[in-house]
Parts: sequence; C-alpha cells; structure tokens
Amino acid sequence: MTTLAETTKRYARPDARALVALLLVLAVVAAPFWAGRAELRLFSEFLSFLALAVLWNLLAGYAGLLSVGQQAFVGLGGYALFVLCAHAGLSPYLAIPLAIVAAGALAAVFAPLLFRLDGAYFAVGTWVAAETVLLVFAMIPALGGGAGMSLPAASVKAIAAGKELRESIIFWLVTGLSLATLLGAYGLLRSRAGLALMAVRDNRLAAASLGIDIWRTRFVTYVIVAAMSGGLGAVIFLQKLRISPSAAFSLNDWTVMVIFAVVIGGIGRLEGAVIGAILYFLLREMMADLGAIYLIVLGSLAILVMLFSRKGLWGLVETRFGWSLMPTERKP
Amino acid sequence: MMQSTAAIEATGLSKSYGALAVTRDVSFALEPGCALGIIGPNGAGKTTLFNLLTGAVRPDAGSIRFAGKDISPTDARARCRMGISRSFQVPQPFSGLTVFENALVAATFAQGISEQAARPQAEDALRRTGLWPKTAKKAGELGLLDRKRLELARAIATAPKLLLLDEIAGGLTDAECVELIQLIRSIKESGVTIIWIEHVLHALLSIVDRVMVLDFGQKIAEGEPRDIMQSPEVAAIYLGLDGENTHA
Repeated sequence: MTTLAETTKRYARPDARALVALLLVLAVVAAPFWAGRAELRLFSEFLSFLALAVLWNLLAGYAGLLSVGQQAFVGLGGYALFVLCAHAGLSPYLAIPLAIVAAGALAAVFAPLLFRLDGAYFAVGTWVAAETVLLVFAMIPALGGGAGMSLPAASVKAIAAGKELRESIIFWLVTGLSLATLLGAYGLLRSRAGLALMAVRDNRLAAASLGIDIWRTRFVTYVIVAAMSGGLGAVIFLQKLRISPSAAFSLNDWTVMVIFAVVIGGIGRLEGAVIGAILYFLLREMMADLGAIYLIVLGSLAILVMLFSRKGLWGLVETRFGWSLMPTERKP
Repeated sequence: MMQSTAAIEATGLSKSYGALAVTRDVSFALEPGCALGIIGPNGAGKTTLFNLLTGAVRPDAGSIRFAGKDISPTDARARCRMGISRSFQVPQPFSGLTVFENALVAATFAQGISEQAARPQAEDALRRTGLWPKTAKKAGELGLLDRKRLELARAIATAPKLLLLDEIAGGLTDAECVELIQLIRSIKESGVTIIWIEHVLHALLSIVDRVMVLDFGQKIAEGEPRDIMQSPEVAAIYLGLDGENTHA
C-alpha cells in the first residue's frame, strides 16, 4: 500500500514547472474578470483544441489507434446536449455529463467493429463511421435536419439569469473540462494503465508477450477519449448556442487540425500535443489576415516535421536536452 | 511415463506458412527445473517453436500442456500470466521507456500486480543482469549487448516458471559469457524450467540437461548433450550448415 506520505512525495514535488502551470491556470480561470469577450472566446477555443489534441495523441500516439473520426464524438456530445435540453427539458448541467456518457457509449459500440481493422483501414473505418453519424443527424427533421438547431432560451437561462455571469460560467465549463482532460491524461499516464499504454506505444509485440491485454488497453483508451471528446463537444456548442451537422461533425475542425497540431508538436508525448496546440494557435492568429495561407504554412511545417523529426518538435527538444514538462518517468 | 510430471509437454506440433512447413510434428517433454537446449541450423524452426509455446503463433496441429494443463487454447497473455516467459532473439525493448520501466512493465503485468508491488522484482532483475547502473537510461539508447541483457532482465522480472531464451549469448565476450552462464545457472537452480536456443554451444552445453536438434522443422535427435554432440548425423547436419558458430 502506498502511504499518504509516499504519495505526497511522489506527486506533490513543488517545482518551477508546477508553479508556472498553477499561475497560468489561475490566470485563465480569472479571465472573465480581466479579459474581453473576444479573448474569452479565443482562450476557450484554444483550451478545448488543446484538450482534443491531448485526446487524439492518447489515441494515435499511445494506443496506436489512428482515428480520423473523432468528430463523431465531438458532434454527438454537442447534439446530445441540445437534444436533452430542447426535447427532454433537462438542465445543461445535467445534459453535459449525459453527453459524456453518450459519446463513450457510441465508442463502446463502434470499437468491436472498428478494432477488426488495422492501420490505414482503421483510419478509413473511423472516418466512414463518423460520416455515417453525420448523415443520421442531418436526416432527423426534429433536430432541424441539415440546418441544425438553436439552444432554447429556457435552457440558456437555466445556466444563469444574467448574460455576463452566464458567459463566465460557460467559459469556466469549457476551460474546466479542457484542463481536466489535460490533467486526466497526465494522471492516466502516471497510473498503472498508463504504464501499459506507454508499453503498447513503444512495442506491441513485447507488450503482449509480457502480459498486457492490448485489446482491452485500446478499448478503454478509445472509450475514455471518445467520452471526453463528447463532453468537450457539449460545452463547445453550449458556448456557440447553435449546432448543425456540418459544424458538429466537422472533419477539419475536430480531427484534421488536431492531427496537424499533434504531428508538429510531437506524437506519442503528452507535451507534444500541448506544444502543437500552442504553435497552431500562434500561426493561426499571426496569419489571420492572410486567409488560408496559414493552412499552407501549417501543412508544410507538418511535412517537414514528418520528414526530419518524426517525434515532432518536442521530440527534438526531449532528445537534445532531456527536458520533460509533465514527467511520467518511474524512478526506482 | 513422465507425462504427469512434465513442466511442459508438446505433442505433434505442426505449423506451415503456405507450402512451407516450419514446424513438423515436433514432440517433447521437459521436467520441472530441467534445462533443454535447442540447436539446429538457421531456418530450422527454432524460433517458430518458441512462438508456438508462448502462444504468439497458433499451431496447425498438436497440443501443448503446461504444468499439467492443456494450454493449447490459451492466448499469449494468459500463458505469460501462468508463468511462461521469453526473451526475443531480436531485442524488442520499449524504446521510449527507461531500463527500469522496461523491467517494471514486465514485473507488473506478467503477474497482474501493482506497480508498487512489482518494484522490488524489477530492481532485482536489473541487478542480476548487471543493468542496474544504466537503470535511468532510455532503452532506445542502449547498445545491442545491453538490449540483450534487457531482454533477459524483463524475462526474469516476470517471475517465470518456464523461461524461453532465444540466442542471448551471441556476440558476448568470453568474460560476459561466463557471467551469463552463471546467471542462467542461478536461475535454473532457483527451480525455473529453461528452454534455450543457442548457437554458442559451449555456453549452452554447460547448462542444459538435454539437447534437442531441429532441422527443416523436424526433431532429428534428442538426448544427453554428450551423446547428441557425438552423433555423426547431428554433426553432419549441424556443423555442415552452421560451421562458424560451433567453436565449442
């Protein structure tokens, strides 16, 4: 058994990294008091993107599940929130956890089918599955079909009566869930299941022969990642107050851009997703006036990274300097 | 018959890839605590036999009993949990993890215990294989020799009942080889049953109780090491095809 003292010793080492992270988190949480509406939007967009990057990285970088269909779960989470609020009259506070469960359940249904496919076939399979979900939602008249739907005023008011407070609360929901995702992923990698996941990442053959259940490791990862993606989808669209199939199940927004960010930052390293998300947003904001050029720059950068540093920019830093922002290493 | 007391017993194992039969009707039995050496030219089906025993590959025919239980339908993971452990001929490290973490993975998941409970065993396995000074190194940074050591360390860390060693002595200096022999002897003396594929015959013969010779997927001889090495049939096939490795 681990004593409390040991746990504290292992996890609560106060160092510069933790301190900086804590200050950053505090600054973000306090953002509604010092930032304008545009900044709040940008912050929550950034943090939810960061969370999606962390999740996709767990999936592709660690579990070896190269999914191109994560938009299925983001969209389902968003729609679950809207349907539960508009048609079942639930409060958004209750609908968000249910959206998480719904996305996880969909993943649990998809997994046994998709896991029969390997590598590129799995990627295509996840994409097809996501497109199917999109088509299903676009065909339901009660949900506005292809045009989508708005969140009813009553549900919006259920969050908070005043507009200002409401926007702050939604901001805290988005950032809270995003930070929880990041911390959750970190906690996962430091747990026993995380050790299995890193072993599977590095060598599947050896992992299987040393007693790791690869199917189960992948299944659990897939379902958890989908569930969190669904939760993020719910709060992302709660902030937008409107949802449509093309926005909810956007391949570009919820998967392709995320893949770019993770590949550039460093696949298979937690820090890689963080660095990649930061780079992506910097590029996007710096080149906002140039239109789609940032996409060309982003694409070229991704290709360069894939050619010259397959572990991404963080991989370069890690090999060169041995740095680690979120250490998961077990010390004897 | 030794049937009831055998630690591991294979009966009529066969495996083909298309028209190529890599294992043909191989049977053997090994008593607990004994060591069996497997020799044969390259491509004789030695590693395939290990894959069949660990469950990495399914046989087309035949059955395997381990500690009195038919494990033919059991998958690789479950066989590992039962105490069958192997080292890979081509090292398969977890490159992004440290040497310690590599051993920790083995000790943790092969026995289904907590990381905390697995730590002493991981440490012990690294000390016994001489990897302890490099414990904080990433496995991907190790040289070939240390990668082979790590294979052995991980296999020991699983606390095996049956240890399958696949060519771990190749490329060692004489001094290192002596160390390795001592290590394997100590593992054997602790009651672990061992099957060892090895081209470095003097190392193999100083440990094993019996030798089995494979050629073209078939068992062509089995017996006391001395008898086997003196058999003209074995000498012709084995020495003829693999002369440079037989400096016994």
